[in-house]
Amino acid sequence: MRCDVVVVGAGPAGSMAARHMAEKGLDVVMLEKRQEIGDPVRCAEGVSKTGLRSLTDPDPRWIAAEVRGARLHAPDGTTMVMSEDRSGNEVGYVLERKIFDRGLAMQAALAGARVMVKTRALDLLRRPDGSAGGVKALRFGEVLPIEADLVIGADGVESKVGRWAGIDTSLKPKDIEVCAQFLVYDPAVDDDYCEFFFGNDIAPGGYVWSFPKGRKLANLGLGVLGSRCQPGAPVRLLRQYLERNRPEARVVEMVVGGVPVSGPIERTVADRMMLVGDSARQSDPITGGGILNAMKAGVMAGDVAAVAISDGDLSAAGLMPYEEKWRETIGRQIARHYQLKEFFSRQTDEDLNSLMHSMQSMDMSQMDLRGMLKVLIKLNPKKLWELRNLVV
Amino acid sequence: MLTVDRYRCGYCGACVGVCPEMALELVETWIEISPECVECGRCTKICPTGALELSDKTEART
Ligand SMILES: Cc1cc2nc3c(=O)[nH]c(=O)nc-3n(C[C@H](O)[C@H](O)[C@H](O)COP(=O)(O)OP(=O)(O)OC[C@H]3O[C@@H](n4cnc5c(N)ncnc54)[C@H](O)[C@@H]3O)c2cc1C
Repeated sequence: MRCDVVVVGAGPAGSMAARHMAEKGLDVVMLEKRQEIGDPVRCAEGVSKTGLRSLTDPDPRWIAAEVRGARLHAPDGTTMVMSEDRSGNEVGYVLERKIFDRGLAMQAALAGARVMVKTRALDLLRRPDGSAGGVKALRFGEVLPIEADLVIGADGVESKVGRWAGIDTSLKPKDIEVCAQFLVYDPAVDDDYCEFFFGNDIAPGGYVWSFPKGRKLANLGLGVLGSRCQPGAPVRLLRQYLERNRPEARVVEMVVGGVPVSGPIERTVADRMMLVGDSARQSDPITGGGILNAMKAGVMAGDVAAVAISDGDLSAAGLMPYEEKWRETIGRQIARHYQLKEFFSRQTDEDLNSLMHSMQSMDMSQMDLRGMLKVLIKLNPKKLWELRNLVV
Repeated sequence: MLTVDRYRCGYCGACVGVCPEMALELVETWIEISPECVECGRCTKICPTGALELSDKTEART
């Protein structure tokens, strides 16, 4: 089998790249090792409404709920409302990723990409010069070589494509947030707000979240920083949290997963190879959100691939415009937020409480994370001295 | 030796992401362990369900 580009992984990153390239007339094959795209879900499903709308016209079926803002809770219970939209133009969507991921893959297929499920990339095919010549796949139990001019690795947190091409993307424990989540039905769910609870006891180096999915359903989960994790801690801590704080919650689904929080990695292109999304460690180190960055990177990689193929230069140098583009855009925020994560994961509960108290007199309801950080630094210059360069 | 309790495993692939040797692979609903495993213990430490275990060793190296 032959094609122009083979995309490994049919998550948001892979599907956006595949769709973009197919629309530009390239012959694209997208592989997904699972038999069902998007399932099982490994996500809390929150995205910004404007962010998603800037990338695609969302199908109403992808959206479980819209929220009006976010509420943050300090370890001592102090609460603050953030990013509240009083115009009625809601700030956030909580998605139904099973439907969303499938929808994006379908768009790629409709644009002309060949989607192959239950097809797992095993290794790269090599050209005489050692660069990628496609992938060797295992499709429904049979080996299938797929020759291609270019390979795009969109293979998520467990990515191997980059490693096969000589880029070590393995994550150190301090650079992965490991999570457990229950979909719960609970009368205590606030259907209008995403909630975040901080505390070193409830979620060491991470936080507890509740993202509403409508009618008192919510994704209730937590992340623990890998370096502070013990075997099985995420699931154990989540059960404990539920017992202590959500006695009425009824669990109807369970999710586990890891999010890269490594910040930008050194390289995401090699000869005839590019990495996009979680495989390029482009998820946000402070929020753990990665859907929008994955989609944006997919689009950027798709654009660069089309140019590189028509120019006939698929060397790492020819693909460098992708690397430059994502670093200039999403990369800046990822780098800033990595510094933030390194800082916040060291704070004691007392520190977190006092930071939250310092903002109590301020109206944060119209602010996003960046705005909040500015205020925090202004109010706590000594404590946050090392972060001063983050606010320009 | 590294073993995985497949009845406990949530097949999320976090272990695959931290493995420095590419010794793990997530296939649908199970984890495969290859002989390249150096028993460093990263995967056992970060497994959200606690499905991975190193036997013959009381403590992990990293
Ligand atoms: C618990 C949890 C909560 C999260 N919450 C949020 C949130 O609220 N908001 C947000 O924006 N982000 C969230 N994220 C992060 C988000 O899920 C990811 O950043 C996003 O899915 C990345 O998209 P991707 O396309 O890069 O990778 P993925 O969506 O992981 O897709 C990768 C695909 O590649 C496939 N694959 C892997 N290897 C191979 C192979 N060898 N051959 C073929 N196919 C392969 C996989 O099966 C998978 O389908 C969360 C993550 C977790 C774990």
